Amino acid sequence: MAKKLLVGTRKGVFVIGRRGGEWRIERAELLGDPVTMVLADREGSLHVAQDMGHFGVKMKRSRDGGATWEERPVPAYPPKPDDVVDLDPMRNTPIPWNVMKVWSLEASQRDGELWCGTIPGGLFRSRDGGDTWQFVETLWKHPDRKFWVGGGADYPGIHSVLVDPRSPDVVRIGVSCGGLWLTTDGGETWDCKGQGMRADYAPPDQAYERRGQDAHRVVQCAAAPDNIWIQHHNGIFRSTDGGLTCTEIKTAQPSVFGFPVVVHPEQPRTAWFVPGKKDQWRYPVDGALVVSRTRDDGESFEVLSKGLPREHAYDVVYRHGLDIDADGATLAFGGTTGNLFISEDQGERWQNVSNYLPPIYCVRFAN
Amino acid sequence: MANLHFTQNLTRHTECPSAALAAETVAELFDRYFESWPGVRGYVLDDQGEVRHHVKVLVDGRNIKDRRKLTDRINPDSEVYVFQALSGG
Repeated sequence: MAKKLLVGTRKGVFVIGRRGGEWRIERAELLGDPVTMVLADREGSLHVAQDMGHFGVKMKRSRDGGATWEERPVPAYPPKPDDVVDLDPMRNTPIPWNVMKVWSLEASQRDGELWCGTIPGGLFRSRDGGDTWQFVETLWKHPDRKFWVGGGADYPGIHSVLVDPRSPDVVRIGVSCGGLWLTTDGGETWDCKGQGMRADYAPPDQAYERRGQDAHRVVQCAAAPDNIWIQHHNGIFRSTDGGLTCTEIKTAQPSVFGFPVVVHPEQPRTAWFVPGKKDQWRYPVDGALVVSRTRDDGESFEVLSKGLPREHAYDVVYRHGLDIDADGATLAFGGTTGNLFISEDQGERWQNVSNYLPPIYCVRFAN
Repeated sequence: MANLHFTQNLTRHTECPSAALAAETVAELFDRYFESWPGVRGYVLDDQGEVRHHVKVLVDGRNIKDRRKLTDRINPDSEVYVFQALSGG
């Protein structure tokens, strides 16, 4: 079981630790500034991406478990040539070549290699643990990027980076809204995959356009990496061939809408979701906060609610607000109202860690 | 020598003391300042070297006009301030 849980919030990062069988807040760090993403890398360093508002995005790193933090370089977009026209197709407005938000941060199995996905759609790679960042121009210059549009944000963003456990050169990314992309050569070339994803927010003849799919979150089974789960804007999709093709799962209860998904690290047929009442409302169905779980590839779903509020709960759990530990049993989630829950038995029962945290953007287990 | 000052709100994040520097434009003034205080650059300018969307720069009490290339001219005795561009709240 993980020793820590990192929680990125609108007002800083919180380190949750387990003592005497209970999870408690041990540290509140970097207070006052929004933390959009956290990562514990393989060497044990903690990485935090902050959104300073007026002063832009900043990156910080801690090598002592969060006691002290050092400012680190921020990924930066290249200078935009004056003759380049780069317009968001939704509004026909220029896409800023600036890091507006760090939306994903992942470590690969290579020493020091990190991937960073951002809004407005740029991908970056570091080979030295975040001391320097390289812009992945191949993806940015891909002609199909012009199909990407913003989802909840004004501009598109990369929210999921899946480094294949079998090879660090095989990387999949999820884009809102831009579908599921794959490189098999370390980022030299990219292709949009995800055939079968369906967008009910698009005209019927564009519903299966791969490059316009709003995959809210994409996750991969660590032990069986061809098994991918996608919580999409209008449903849940499942792939067993590495994301090449997807099948829609319509049986989820109490709803198919939501943002986060996690998959069991060893059992690819088992996945968890935090459903909400459809796009137009975005709060728990009937005000009852629940987690849904399937253990049979989406044939059926269980609604897990022990320890969760049964009425008048209006938490929205963002796409990075749910995590599962490598043990396959411990899960955590937190949402917009600052409620944080942890389960040590695959979601059967939930411990309420806090009701008073700032709005939660991301949770991640760490050792 | 023009005087360059930063909002107190920025001192919470990074060291940015006031400084007197010789320069003819805001771009020159910033370049010289960032030679000594490179960590301040990313708080004031974005990836493209333009003034951040929610930052404002005033020369002798007036907002600069060229937020993109910072070509606004300054005088030897100019007072230059970097503030947050407040909006609402």
